[in-house]
Amino acid sequence: MRNILIVARKEIQEGLRNRWVLATTLLLAGLALSLTFLGSAPTGTVGVRALDVVVVSLSSLTIFLLPLIALLISHDAIVGEMERGTMLLLLSYPVGRWQVLLGKFVGHLAILAFATLLGYGAAAGALAATGAEIDTESWIAFATMIGSSILLGAAFIAVGYLVSALVRERGTAGGIAIGIWLVFVLIYDMALLGLLVVDQGQILSGSFLNALLLLNPADAYRLFNLTGSVGISAFSGMAGVAQNATLSPSALLAALAAWALVPLALAALAFSRREL
Amino acid sequence: MTGTVEIRNVVKRFGKVEAVRDVSFSLPEGETVALVGHNGAGKTTLMKLMLGLIRPTSGSIAVLGDDPAAGQFEARRRLGYLPESVSFNAALTGHETLAFYARLKREPNKSVPPLLERVGLTHAANRRVGTYSKGMRQRLGLAQALLGEPRVLLLDEPTTGLDPALRQSFYEIVEELRGRGATVLLSSHALTELEERAGRVIIMNRGVKVADGTLDELRRIARLPTRIRLKVTDVGLANVPNWLGPVEGWRRINGHMVEIDASPERKIEVLRRATDEGAPVEDLDVVPPTLDELYAHFLLSQEATR
Repeated sequence: MRNILIVARKEIQEGLRNRWVLATTLLLAGLALSLTFLGSAPTGTVGVRALDVVVVSLSSLTIFLLPLIALLISHDAIVGEMERGTMLLLLSYPVGRWQVLLGKFVGHLAILAFATLLGYGAAAGALAATGAEIDTESWIAFATMIGSSILLGAAFIAVGYLVSALVRERGTAGGIAIGIWLVFVLIYDMALLGLLVVDQGQILSGSFLNALLLLNPADAYRLFNLTGSVGISAFSGMAGVAQNATLSPSALLAALAAWALVPLALAALAFSRREL
Repeated sequence: MTGTVEIRNVVKRFGKVEAVRDVSFSLPEGETVALVGHNGAGKTTLMKLMLGLIRPTSGSIAVLGDDPAAGQFEARRRLGYLPESVSFNAALTGHETLAFYARLKREPNKSVPPLLERVGLTHAANRRVGTYSKGMRQRLGLAQALLGEPRVLLLDEPTTGLDPALRQSFYEIVEELRGRGATVLLSSHALTELEERAGRVIIMNRGVKVADGTLDELRRIARLPTRIRLKVTDVGLANVPNWLGPVEGWRRINGHMVEIDASPERKIEVLRRATDEGAPVEDLDVVPPTLDELYAHFLLSQEATR
């Protein structure tokens, strides 16, 4: 346990030093703030549920941005250190490989969580400061959105580690990471949509569709946040989907958690078998 | 089973390549041992095996009584390792880097400044490692290997990239540790690099141990001839066998010089003749076999038996 924390602490230290933390936080805060104030222009500031609008726009932002950031910081974690030669020295110390991996995970997740919390929190804080009325339900939806965003980030960090533990070169890891991002964030939904259009509801059952949605962490996240509460699903235009959705929020959360844990376990396995 | 490192019949294959073939040796306490061989001779592989970073295909390894690959970290806490061309994360300072490694070895933070002082990096302790020169990184690498008073030090090509003054102080530190009972294993690609510092030399070639012993022992085994050079007068030059006696293996070089390859037991005899009264010799040089020649001899003799 102590080794994990030592490695995590070093990861955070490095993140602070090479400006990763600063850059991510500023990026997220900047985008969140502009979405909050520009995005509320059409609904007007008198909207009772200003924060709900923010939740909808921020979760859409998260789907694109957080997986990208997570993959960017994670794809290099193992293969990069091996290529630079720092891993050889680290593993000669009294520390297990799974401890190194888990320590990095904790460190990277802390960086991501910090940036998300601060960046998105800035948006909510600014909104509250302008005097918008925000009820408890909206606050809960907002907090849930941040929590699930961090979980989504965890899933993609874990996927990035798996890639990093399997490939031989950094360049390959980078290419695969970009590919994974494209597939999960853009192509998967388009393909799914195309499939549904072609199928016209003939063959594919609802449960099959549900399974397909759970197979993509980004979709699980989207469903979880956009259909999660009544007010938000109304704003997101997903009210129809929400009524028909047979996936409970807990099932969606479980899918996200599995997307973080399974790749992480596989990455640990691949890393432990790797010859240096 | 008294050594700190015991290696028995170890074989390591990477796919079809046999990096280490049936190597056995034991390293005792308080000894500096040099592992010498070309690139690809299996030196680094042997060190990785001792660290437990890779597992032997067959054979057994024990370091401080433990199997290094078994996941027991107790032995690793008493082990220092300096990899070949060591590298560190460029974003952290020298002090932060060393403090990180100290925490992993459960060494108190206050052990860091004295170590930096010892390798002469105090002035650069708060600079990022990315700004360090090659020699400074190598010194930081040595500092981390010295954390926690190691009982076994594995140093992979430690002096490459160090200037002569640093090399000197490097060997002083190593000697001091050895004096306190540590086992020091140095690897090098040339015997001359070691400048006769090692008490014992293990020569590796293509994964096979070809020689193991002190430098004197190796010299004796190799029976390399001593080269004797004589500056001879014109008269003497005409009838060398007459005054030198029946010596095989002599040749003329640069006009007035005669060079003789004298085997160890014939050396004195040749010298006596050459310095005999009346011998037409004006000057003489005795060149003992160099470390490079000794090294080449063992490599060649192993190639010949293959």
